[in-house]
Amino acid sequence: MRDVTGILIAGVGGQGIILAGKLAAQAAILGGMDVKTSEIHGMAQRGGSVVTHVRFGPKVFAPVIDSGGADFLLAFEKLEGLRNLKFLRPGGTVILNDQVIEPLPVLLGKATYPADVVEQIGARFPLLVINALAEAEGCGDTRAANVVLLGALAHRLPFPRSVWEEALRAVVPARFLELNRRAFARGFEIAASKQLRLRQK
Amino acid sequence: MKLLSGNEAIARGAWEAGVKVATAYPGTPSTEILENIARHYPEIYVEWAPNEKVALEVGIGASLGGARALVAMKHVGVNVAADPLVTLAYTGVNAGLVLVSADDPGMHSSQNEQDNRFYARFAQIPLFEPADSREAKDFLRIAFEVSEAFDIPVMLRTSTRVAHSKSLVREEEPVSPLKRPYQKDFAKYVMVPANARNRHRALEERREKLRALAEQTPVNRVDEGDRRVGIITSGISYCYVKEVFPWASVLKLGLSHPFPAGLVRTFAGRVENLFVVEELEPFLEEQVAAAGIAVRGKDLIPRTGELSPAVIARALQQDPSFAAVAREHGTVFPAEPEDQPLPLRPPVLCPGCPHRGLFYVLKKLKLNVMGDIGCYTLGGLPPLSAMDTCICMGAGAGMAHGMAKADPESAAKTVAVIGDSTFVHSGITGLIDIVYNRGVSTVIIADNRTTAMTGHQDHPGTGRTARREPTRALDFVKLARAIGVSRVSVVDPADLAATRRAISRALKAPAPAVVVASRPCVLLARPAPNPVPTDPGACKGCKLCLGLGCPALSLPDKRIAVNPHLCVGCGLCTQVCRHGAIGKAGGSDA
Repeated sequence: MRDVTGILIAGVGGQGIILAGKLAAQAAILGGMDVKTSEIHGMAQRGGSVVTHVRFGPKVFAPVIDSGGADFLLAFEKLEGLRNLKFLRPGGTVILNDQVIEPLPVLLGKATYPADVVEQIGARFPLLVINALAEAEGCGDTRAANVVLLGALAHRLPFPRSVWEEALRAVVPARFLELNRRAFARGFEIAASKQLRLRQK
Repeated sequence: MKLLSGNEAIARGAWEAGVKVATAYPGTPSTEILENIARHYPEIYVEWAPNEKVALEVGIGASLGGARALVAMKHVGVNVAADPLVTLAYTGVNAGLVLVSADDPGMHSSQNEQDNRFYARFAQIPLFEPADSREAKDFLRIAFEVSEAFDIPVMLRTSTRVAHSKSLVREEEPVSPLKRPYQKDFAKYVMVPANARNRHRALEERREKLRALAEQTPVNRVDEGDRRVGIITSGISYCYVKEVFPWASVLKLGLSHPFPAGLVRTFAGRVENLFVVEELEPFLEEQVAAAGIAVRGKDLIPRTGELSPAVIARALQQDPSFAAVAREHGTVFPAEPEDQPLPLRPPVLCPGCPHRGLFYVLKKLKLNVMGDIGCYTLGGLPPLSAMDTCICMGAGAGMAHGMAKADPESAAKTVAVIGDSTFVHSGITGLIDIVYNRGVSTVIIADNRTTAMTGHQDHPGTGRTARREPTRALDFVKLARAIGVSRVSVVDPADLAATRRAISRALKAPAPAVVVASRPCVLLARPAPNPVPTDPGACKGCKLCLGLGCPALSLPDKRIAVNPHLCVGCGLCTQVCRHGAIGKAGGSDA
């Protein structure tokens, strides 16, 4: 894939995925990279599955990641993590929010939510599971869960903390900046404290 | 350098090009063009027009009046605007006019995936196809120059992956276009037959001059590479081609109509095997083939859905000579992994959505529902399953009328449902038709006081302009009465019994009726969670409440549970429950 890093951010419409994508893209720009991202607006945003693609490197052509083309999967919801696993390249890393949002077919009893998401993902890819809602609450507001997850991703990306600080200032509205700084630092800290390896069955 | 979406870049490009008037009707993936102009560039007059035809007509007036005009819409919007567009090619413009058509391959949020490049060829106007945000902005400026130099409207065609992808753009200073005061010109602007015949001939001359431009413009260029493989491409497909085949020779067409046959012939003569890579229809390929040049394209590449680097790679490897060259360059063709069967997550009406009560009643009344386009189209999905049709903006009223004419007895169990913005867009004429032609149909206006699906744009019914200035609001009740509908009622769709009564009453008499189901979109107010109290002991597990399709309700262990983070206390489930297991939300009315 020629020096291009691909990040797929997956979740449910309304979880703050677009902001996380913006922050990652902004950091890559500040890190001197060419960047392209792709989002989906419209009907899918009404509680449906949504993904944001972020690709950066010396020169980027396609704004979308194909199956097998992502280095990182940042999953805001467990089922969406499982659904988008095919986008990861072999050896790619999963950062998974330990949150379940049951889709309507499950609520209606027409489908069953998979019980073993963490095990299924962990058996195939290096996996970091974070309870981002709880961590964000600890930072002051559950709405910063997206930035907790982004902080964890940031630990694995080749940009210094100063770049992330600048990206936060550029993207996050001033009144939420302190909260999101804390959330970012918490996510970064969690990722730094864990060695990722494939789980043995 | 700034990271901008294609739509943000077009907004910026409009400002840099000295645009003075910008008009649009909201439609994914085009909506953010006008939103960004309204937000960032106060020098430009912006408006949400009632529909795309009016948007273009306002643009034409502005152009004749001397202002560079940008008109933006989604692909199907151009169908609505096609009438003025085709004749505008005859008259030509005064100041430049660019129509942005945002196509939606893959139908992320559309009812079809028509390829609007054909409109450019049909109307005989120049077609620019940017591949990313930088080109979107650069091509827009060139498009205005071409529009004025060749006296013709120009189409800038994007697609979802151009409009909603972000890439780096260098912001530049605005230009000051020459003043072009309006001058009366009967022969040019009044398309009576005698004048139109002359202007059609003039259009032919302009097309040939534009063809000469397409042959030598730098936006049509060759990326030199391995000459054993030549690929002709345009728009987003160029990015995909460069991603997987960076070694190939590529002819990139930025100005793809009029078709630069000479340039293509030269390119074809220098490569061994020629391919066209384009999304959707074989627009370029057929013109290459018609020029007598051997080419492969849609016999390998899917004609439906979006392309991607992997889709292109898998398609072209079916050609043995291509596959051999690609292998030499180490290009890998990844196989698509099989999808694991997982529960789907379809979009849903939000908790507290005013449409839910309406569609619950329509389902209970077992009606035929001639539907329309908006968030409320989700009322057709299970478990509500209460919309029978969705064809285009405004279709429902005419269809309900036609169904009643086909089978008069069906009229008592058939309604049209149309959103407020959609009704203004093109439902009013359908309602007039019902009244004029002695129809008896009932039209329900699902009035949530906004254009919700596209992200809450104002419209003539909201009393606010695109810049949120107060203006006179269209009154649906008075309008329906003025059209000649004597039976008009207004009901709150959060009151199920009242909604049921209003619709039943409307259907009872054999005369046209309008029911305005009015309640603001829940996302406008963004209420804090306000969960209804439940009594799981009283719950009989009958699942009646699940028929509402509310994402805040479930029956784990066969007893009612309300998601406290999602429920806004709209109270529909309280009304549906027959066992008193769901109470009323505390605090204020949601």
